[in-house]
Formats: sequence, structure tokens, C-alpha cells
Amino acid sequence: MYRYDEFDHRFVRERVLEFRGQVERRLDGSLSDDEFRPLRLMNGLYLQLHAYMLRVAIPYGTLSSRQMRQLAMIADKWDKGYGHFTTRQNIQFNWPKLKDVPDILDALAEVEMHAIQTSGNCIRNVTADQFSGVAADEIEDPRPTAELLRQWSSLHPEFTFLPRKFKIAVTGAVHDRAAIKGHDIGLRVLKHPTTGEVGYEITVGGGLGRTPMIGKVIRDFLPKADLLPYLEAVMRVYNAEGRRDNKYKARVKILIHEAGIDEIRKAVEEEFAASNRAAIAADPKEVERISTYFAPPAYETLPDTSAVLDAAKAKDPELKRFIETNGFAHKVPGYVAITVSLKAIGAAPGDATSDQMRALADIADTYSLSELRVTHLQNIVLPYVKKDDVPALYAALKAHDLGTANVGLITDIVACPGMDYCALATARSIPIAQDIAKRFADPDRQQLIGELGIKISGCINACGHHHIGHIGILGLEKSGEESYQITLGGDATENAAIGERLGPGVTGDDVPDTIERIVDIYLAERQSGERFIDTYRRVGLDRFKGAIHAADA
Amino acid sequence: MPLMREFSFVDDQWRKLADNEDVPHEGDVIVNFTRLDEVADRLKSQHGKTGLHVSNTVKPHLLQPLFNQVALISVTFPAFNDGRGFSIAKRLRHLGFTGTLRATGPLIADQYAYAKACGFDEIDLPETLAQRQTADQWQKAANAISLSYQRGYNRPATILDQRRAKAS
Repeated sequence: MYRYDEFDHRFVRERVLEFRGQVERRLDGSLSDDEFRPLRLMNGLYLQLHAYMLRVAIPYGTLSSRQMRQLAMIADKWDKGYGHFTTRQNIQFNWPKLKDVPDILDALAEVEMHAIQTSGNCIRNVTADQFSGVAADEIEDPRPTAELLRQWSSLHPEFTFLPRKFKIAVTGAVHDRAAIKGHDIGLRVLKHPTTGEVGYEITVGGGLGRTPMIGKVIRDFLPKADLLPYLEAVMRVYNAEGRRDNKYKARVKILIHEAGIDEIRKAVEEEFAASNRAAIAADPKEVERISTYFAPPAYETLPDTSAVLDAAKAKDPELKRFIETNGFAHKVPGYVAITVSLKAIGAAPGDATSDQMRALADIADTYSLSELRVTHLQNIVLPYVKKDDVPALYAALKAHDLGTANVGLITDIVACPGMDYCALATARSIPIAQDIAKRFADPDRQQLIGELGIKISGCINACGHHHIGHIGILGLEKSGEESYQITLGGDATENAAIGERLGPGVTGDDVPDTIERIVDIYLAERQSGERFIDTYRRVGLDRFKGAIHAADA
Repeated sequence: MPLMREFSFVDDQWRKLADNEDVPHEGDVIVNFTRLDEVADRLKSQHGKTGLHVSNTVKPHLLQPLFNQVALISVTFPAFNDGRGFSIAKRLRHLGFTGTLRATGPLIADQYAYAKACGFDEIDLPETLAQRQTADQWQKAANAISLSYQRGYNRPATILDQRRAKAS
């Protein structure tokens, strides 16, 4: 993985010192609260319901065991012994004190981490496929691109006071596991259909929130060398033209929607054509330097099937279930990538205790070349596991309540922090997720239902990505009561789709029953080999409408 | 209003004309871009320099034909967190404007480095803000981060270039 050089180190250290100074100037009145606000947000610091929240960047979700241990230390020393992994591959600490934040940032800098641009109206932390570098369907590892963008977007002099936040995601694979079409810019590595040259397809204007939209293709092929000049052109057009009269209409998706993709494409192409590309583009040697950090590790030559694992599976059905549910096919024979579920039944989705973080760090050291990944589904990936090691790995995970075999299943629920933490929330998310998980706790039943993703947001801002959940749940407040709107058919993959509303909202207590009825209809309609999303697409929304028993009907 | 230039507050040599003021024949004045017709003769004369004050929705290429006649362009920042002016400055410099580029509005010290990088020379600040944020703070804030990653902006060698220089 990428390592800071002297320049990256100095940059992050200076940023911490700058923030210390900003806190001091806020306290002595030199900076007004309005002026300080975007400065603290661009250092990841939010003011939440009960306390400050610090959101730490995990660029493209990649973490070393050393970094994971430091996160555990921070959770113990300055928080309440846990952290929350987010849908943007970041981690949030919910209880830091303002005066401690510069020290926390220093502790992060020690392990080559920061909280730069995890909030604010700027280019946010760049996300990528959690299986980068190990997926068999990969055309090219997207991490060098993501790292180049991390550097390019850091404290950008022109694009740090944008109309609204701006999110970029990258995938290098055929299958989209990074939800790129739900981002302001999505980059997909592809080969040119005639020349075979590797470049990018660029989508723009995706986003969730109160006006969900799927990104549209603005450039079907961009040579790699033109990446930064082209993105600069997109950003400049957005910075100049994006709406600033209404924060709910300020994302680039609204600009695309109102002006039309063709108009914006034309403006971007003009800006791009007029730019001095050579002066903007990254030096090819620099791109090469970054890429070398992501060279494949020293894999052992192994047979693809593991006698050790097969024997252990035959003896232990739980292990069999675990590897079949949480394992991901690796491009190297004899290896597997393992997703560790942070969705134990009854747990808060995405939360990990400091003990669990340390355990994951130790396990990564022993079994996964000291590397971990955070997924936008709020789980952790161990990317380089030998199949022979899976039985021992599973035992180690189980000892720390990390052995839940539910990845991709109905209890692998994505949820934002909701009313329990967030100042914006209009309803609870975590307790709803917990109730659904408890209802479907039976592992056999989960297997029977198969792939089904539930995503829950506690307000219209959609941090829980409910629009792109197979089943989406949006918590709202209606005359003092929580009301949950249910959508079906959302999809975060290359077949990206926004879910359709099933009917009137239901009460929090009625959510598990409603989900149960949706599942029953699906199971009754399912044809052989179909997943929930397939059945839904075939039979349509109307077939499911009976699942809603409206509270106010 | 106080003018921040090269880390100090300096006297403004320019007179800013309100829209209801007549344009004088002599002296250095800044007029709104909307009054361009009224200064057409003045732009060709040698009696005084003319500056144009533009909104942050201006199309920079419309100003390009005037670059040789205008000594200063002032770009409005209605609020410090409205970043449109940064892109206008970048475009004006890219189009070849070499005169003085001024940001007019309540920018804060922490934005000084960005403003300079995008091509601004000076910032015309509201009095109250200049009282809160001293010249010393502007200097300190502008120098807080000595390194940058983006190429093509008006500042010393980027991290990328420094890496290359070190490697060769």
C-alpha cells in the first residue's frame, strides 16, 4: 500500500499545526463561528447531537494493521472505546473533545493518516472497490488512480469552497463494487474498444440525498494521462455554474439535471480543450512512483484447492457457511479475500470496539500481509488470506465476535448513525437495523433468502444509502412520530437503480413485520436461481404493495 | 476598506466609484463592469488607469479583449465560502490577464494562500474583518502549509515537482 514520503509527512503535519492555530483563533475571537465552521469541517470535525464527531479518512478504504491499532488507541484514549466505519470507507469517533482534536490529528499523522476533507463543501475522501488488486474481474488496480486523486484533491486552492460536497469513486473492475454511479464523479477503468488502450469512462452527477440520481456518462473514454486536466475542467464548470442559492440544489447532479448532460459535456470539453494539459497533468514518473506501491505482494505458489480447508469444512458446517458466505474469489490460486462482518446480530452496523480493532490488526498481521480494507457496506476485508489458513482465521475471528457469516445477506444491513448520534437525523436507524437483524437471525433462513441488501437512513440526506438498497428504509418524522418509508429495487452496482417507493410510511415497530411480508412475497414468486433483485425486476413493484399495512390507512 | 497586499494592510491607490457617481477624466478609478460603455473613451486615454469590478458570474472570456486597456480587475466575493471567484481568477490568468487582480469581499486569512495561488494579488476586505484578523494572522495563515500537490497554480514547486527534482 501507499507510504508517505517526506513531503506527504510534512504536508499532514503542517495541516495539524494549521488546525491548532485555527482552534486558537476561534477561541480568541479572530475567527467567527461561521468562519471556523467550514475550517473544522474540512478537518473532519462535526458538531453532532451530543458531542463533536471526528471523521477520519481511510483513503480508498485501505488500512495497515499499524493504522488499525492506532485507531483502537484513539478510541480508547479520546473516545468511548469504539469507532463507527462508514459507507464512505471512513471511520467516525463519536465522543472526542474539541481541545483533544489536534492531538488526535497528530496521532493520526504518526501513522500516515488524516481527517482532511472528510466533510465540507470540497472534494471528499476518494473511495474505491474494496477488492482492488485481488479481484479476478479487474482490468487494472484502481488504487494508484485513487491515491493520485487523494493527493490532487488535498487542499485544492480552487476547489475548496465549492457549492456543495463532491464525492469521487473509482473502480477498476467489470463489476462495480464501489457504487460509482451514486457519486458526483465515478471513474471506471476500461480498455478502449478498438485500440485496447487503458483509460477511464467518466460518469458525473450521481448522488443520493433528497434528490437521488444515477450518474450519467460525460466521457466514454478518457486517456489516463488526461485525468487531472479533465477533472479540473469538470470541477471548474461545477464551481462556476453550480447553484448556490439553495443548498439542497447545489450538488452537481442538479446542475446536470437542469442544464442537461449534453450542455455540461460541451462546457467541460471547451474548458478541457482550452486548458494547458501538460502543465496540469501528473508527471508520468510520479504516476509510476505511486503505482509501484500497489505492486502485487509476494504470493506463494499454491494449488487452488486447499485440502486443509476442505477437510475442515467437511467437519465444521459453521466454517463451511462462513467461507461460502464471506469468502470472495481471489485472482491468485490458493488465496481468498475474506469479508469480516461488522453486523453481528444485534450489533450497531459498522461499529467496532477497540478490542475488535486490535484483534483485526493482529489477524491481518498473521493471515493477510498486515493489510485490511474498509467497505462501503461497513465491513472489513482481509485481502490476502491463504485458503489453508481459513480455519485458524475463522477461529480467531469468532473469539472476538467477528465470525458472523452474513455478508450480502438480509442481516448485513447498512445503517447511518441516525437519531442516536446525528444532529440531522429525523428518526432512529441503528435500533431498526438491530430489530430486523434479530427477526432474521436464523442463519438457515438467511441462506434460504439469499442475496438481499437492506440499507437504512435516518433522514433524507441518505447517508445510509437507502435509495440503492434492494430494500431501502428511510426514517422520517411525521407530526412527532417516526415514520419509515420503504423502497424496493435499488441497486448500487453497474446496474445502478434508485429504489421505488412501496407505499405510505410504517411505524418503527412495524418495520420488521413489513420486511417479513416483502420477503414472503419474494419467496412465493421466486423462480429458480433468482436473487431478490432479479425477482423484483421481473414481477415489479405492484406485486409487493400488499406488504405495507399503513399505520394511518 | 483595508487592502491586504503581500501580507500587509496597505493604502488603496484606487478610487472605487459608486454606480451613481460620474466617471472622472483623471485619476485611477474602479467602475462596475456594467458601466463599460461609459468608460470606453477613458480606456483609450492616458489620463488615469481604469479598473473593472465584476460579479462572480461574469464570463471571463468577455473581459479578454479589454486586457490591454484595464490595469485592474476586481472580483466580487459575496461571502467567504462562495468560491466562484477563485475559478474566475484562474481563468483570467489563463486567458492572459497580467494586470492587478483583486478579490473584493470578506475572505478570511485562511484563504489567502488559495487566493494567491489562483492568481489574486490583493484582497479588499471589510473593515470589521480586518480588525479581527490582523496582518500577522494573514501572514501566518498564508504560510501555514508550505507544500502543495496541484500543478498549474501560481506558487512554488509542487510536491510532485520536488519529488522529481530529488529523484533526478
